Amino acid sequence: MTQNAEHVLDHFELFRGPEYQQMLANKKTLFENPHDPAEVERIREWAKTPEYREKNFAREALTVNPAKACQPLGAVFVAVGFEGTLPFVHGSQGCVAYYRSHLSRHFKEPSSCVSSSMTEDAAVFGGLNNMIDGLANTYNMYKPKMIAVSTTCMAEVIGDDLNAFIKTAKEKGSVPAEYDVPFAHTPAFVGSHVTGYDNALKGILDHFWDGKAGTAPKLERKENGKINFIGGFDGYTVGNIREMKRIFELMGIEYTILADNSDVFDTPTDGEFRMYDGGTTLEDAANAIHAKATISMQQYCTEKTLPFIANHGQEVAAFNHPVGVSATDELLMTLSRITGKPIAKALEQERGRLVDAMADSSAHIHGKKFAIYGDPDLCYGLAAFLLELGAEPTHVLSTNGSKAWAEKMQALFDSSPFGKNCHAYPGKDLWHMRSLLFTEPVDFLIGNTYGKYLERDTGTPLIRIGFPVFDRHHHHRYPVWGYQGGMNVLVKILDKIFDEIDKNTNVPAKTDYSFDIIR
Amino acid sequence: MSLATTQSVAEIKARNKQLIDEVLKVYPEKTAKRRAKHLNVHEAGKSDCGVKSNLKSIPGVMTIRGCAYAGSKGVVWGPIKDMIHISHGPVGCGQYSWAARRNYYIGTTGIDTFVTMQFTSDFQEKDIVFGGDKKLAKIIDEIQELFPLNHGITIQSECPIGLIGDDIEAVSKVKSKEYDGKTIVPVRCEGFRGVSQSLGHHIANDAVRDWIFDKVNPEAKPAFESTPYDVAIIGDYNIGGDAWSSRILLEEMGLRVIAQWSGDGSLAELEATPKAKLNVLHCYRSMNYISRHMEEKFGIPWCEYNFFGPSKIAESLRKIASFFDDKIKEGAERVIAKYQPLMDAVIAKYRPRLEGKTVMLFVGGLRPRHVIGAYEDLGMEVVGTGYEFGHNDDYQRTAQHYVKDGTLIYDDVTGYEFERFVEKIQPDLVGSGIKEKYVFQKMGVPFRQMHSWDYSGPYHGYDGFAIFARDMDMAINSPIWKKTRAPWKDAPRPSLMAAE
Repeated sequence: MTQNAEHVLDHFELFRGPEYQQMLANKKTLFENPHDPAEVERIREWAKTPEYREKNFAREALTVNPAKACQPLGAVFVAVGFEGTLPFVHGSQGCVAYYRSHLSRHFKEPSSCVSSSMTEDAAVFGGLNNMIDGLANTYNMYKPKMIAVSTTCMAEVIGDDLNAFIKTAKEKGSVPAEYDVPFAHTPAFVGSHVTGYDNALKGILDHFWDGKAGTAPKLERKENGKINFIGGFDGYTVGNIREMKRIFELMGIEYTILADNSDVFDTPTDGEFRMYDGGTTLEDAANAIHAKATISMQQYCTEKTLPFIANHGQEVAAFNHPVGVSATDELLMTLSRITGKPIAKALEQERGRLVDAMADSSAHIHGKKFAIYGDPDLCYGLAAFLLELGAEPTHVLSTNGSKAWAEKMQALFDSSPFGKNCHAYPGKDLWHMRSLLFTEPVDFLIGNTYGKYLERDTGTPLIRIGFPVFDRHHHHRYPVWGYQGGMNVLVKILDKIFDEIDKNTNVPAKTDYSFDIIR
Repeated sequence: MSLATTQSVAEIKARNKQLIDEVLKVYPEKTAKRRAKHLNVHEAGKSDCGVKSNLKSIPGVMTIRGCAYAGSKGVVWGPIKDMIHISHGPVGCGQYSWAARRNYYIGTTGIDTFVTMQFTSDFQEKDIVFGGDKKLAKIIDEIQELFPLNHGITIQSECPIGLIGDDIEAVSKVKSKEYDGKTIVPVRCEGFRGVSQSLGHHIANDAVRDWIFDKVNPEAKPAFESTPYDVAIIGDYNIGGDAWSSRILLEEMGLRVIAQWSGDGSLAELEATPKAKLNVLHCYRSMNYISRHMEEKFGIPWCEYNFFGPSKIAESLRKIASFFDDKIKEGAERVIAKYQPLMDAVIAKYRPRLEGKTVMLFVGGLRPRHVIGAYEDLGMEVVGTGYEFGHNDDYQRTAQHYVKDGTLIYDDVTGYEFERFVEKIQPDLVGSGIKEKYVFQKMGVPFRQMHSWDYSGPYHGYDGFAIFARDMDMAINSPIWKKTRAPWKDAPRPSLMAAE
């Protein structure tokens, strides 16, 4: 018997005991109809070859281990960024259970969201009654200040009309006529979670700015000199938005963060559950029309929202998840140009410190090859930072990246001598990445939690940056934006590099040289 | 300290009834009427818990439930390790459920084993407009080329499949024929079907019956010689290794486990199950259907068991043994005796730290009742429980064998109800899922996820009980719960007192 009351063995130790090992071996041989181990080994080796890679890249229909989620996840992410707002997803209820679980597993926080719980009868007759009852229940139970509606693919396939449904629900008294119920159609079979972010944010701005679905006069823009800030879908939203607020305050810029979910995904444990916390006030959301300009930190999260804002007369500027020195320079200079405020001295010092740190450590990163995957903007921002460090972002893969994104990546590679052998892979998945890592190995892999399977299979050490990160805690609390954020990313990369050197030089009497105490 | 321990049963019942009345007040009239049927205070001696169940969730209330796809792909089929399960439709469903359920297995992932992978047809608009059957056929070809050692394929339908009229059965038949009778199983588990995960379990069970059992060639040479002691473990998903810490006990008592459904299971095991002499059924809710089918068609008896906590384990080992001869009955006694010292040591260590502590549960499947005995072994008391997707037969079993007089019962609880109940009852521990975990921890209430074992486990069997006890102690007696209130908040501020 292996188990012990004094020292309780967990799953990772328990099953290594001889009784369990014997049991599992017997199970396999007698009952599982296993393949010949030699055959398994042959296929395992074959799956590493260029020949396999070619077949793998010839796939036209099958997707294996994609690095993207579906639109409504992004819509929910946006909705909770507004004061007292409850996301309401019209369609099947299981989807909502999934979004809530997914967000909770990443942020280690509650994630509140309701569904209209459509079932077979709604599939036949439409989900109008679900909308009518659902809005009334949500309004009465959870007392939100706003209910932001989006859709699952079920509601989209049967063609439910949110605008008409919400109007009817209001007529039936589900919620007061003047109550804010912005909406966005977010079909899961178009784009990804970043598209859902875009649609939902545009839906909310459209609601407040352009007459609340025909129930109020459109707002007339009177420029007030403020800056609107949009973070985009971002696993580091908690740390990043707080860092940006600090930067705005250092520069004395008046700002409005749109979809500010930095507090709702970081509530204190003090005896009270806050279903709502922080967020962009509804007043600020409406008044955001008067801003001088809007800054989007993620171009591909705001492809519809930014033109919508520009059409209302604002200057808009889009970045690609800026990380590092030059990208942050550009961000700050843009802010300074638009607002006329000089870049704060304190930020200049932070810049110097980041450059200092990069200079101190550059010898350990220079020339290292990296593979990166993730959302299109994050990939761009990280690749640009690696180029600054003299590293090579050899494979940059984005399942939800477009052809246009790939061209933009190529332009980035072309801008640096370190980008010479680098390639962008739009629309590919992590099974493609597996072939890339086997056939064109790199030193490190940057990606989300699912990258651990690639790390295990290919031996490429994984640096966890992205969304979701389920298996490491609290990193979302630290920014990756601004010079301080760049410092965090630098340290994260360096830690992995040094850990790997130590791991590979720690065999006494064999590799004890290089196991250095000073680096 | 919980309030419950200082109150009489009559007081508890009165308080619970009042609590139910209070939460119902928040709802619009129609909703209050519907929800009232799902909430009750258990009366000892009644044959069920007095609640309606397995009904549609109400829109907008924040149900905790999932969907039929989750029940089929996520629960029943997903753990079958040597088959490839295609999440057929848009990308999200497969992404959110990717490797999320901790169904442990042994195998070379990506080569002969595929559990922690996400295969999807990633539907685009054109697939919705023109249909996805051609794409599905091509996907099967590509799987055959790139994953040649797979033993079979299942097609797990997401919502759009049933709405756009795709014929996945036809594609499956054609492709199966093309690949020499390969097992290809279409599953109609679209998320809008039924009211919860539950229908997905049933649909998945029926798919095993129709597309696996019915296709096994009765003339084929058996893969192994039968023995009189062959059993199959049904309804154990091997979360954190649960099925392994169960299997070892059955084998130690002299039985031979020929199949695991479905944690660490394989197609060969599913196919061999009709040769079992007894099906032992842990999660009744998700796999009673196939057990009943095997009883009717193959004459295999089935027996429910409970491997949570030493009392229920011993009871279950004896119950299982009663289907066999004295050799097995003696084997059961030998196993119980062997682990008794370990159980005594675990209880001696943890019971003094947990005695009298109260628990509220809200889980799926079998756990809202099955874990009660394990808590009681540790001197703890379950004061409230409910099923995410239970049926009346679950509530009957709960009433007849598990819950105490006065227990608060809540079926398909809403977020609002659960918070209010916990706030008022103040249990020492809440056991529920990831969506509930942080809500209650923010409130300062110790919590354990009782779906994923909060990334721990196994909890089944004697080995698992040691971990269960340790985990409950760790949750309840963590020093952090004494720090949720800032110390300056406790001291009354004299100036304010004076002002009053």
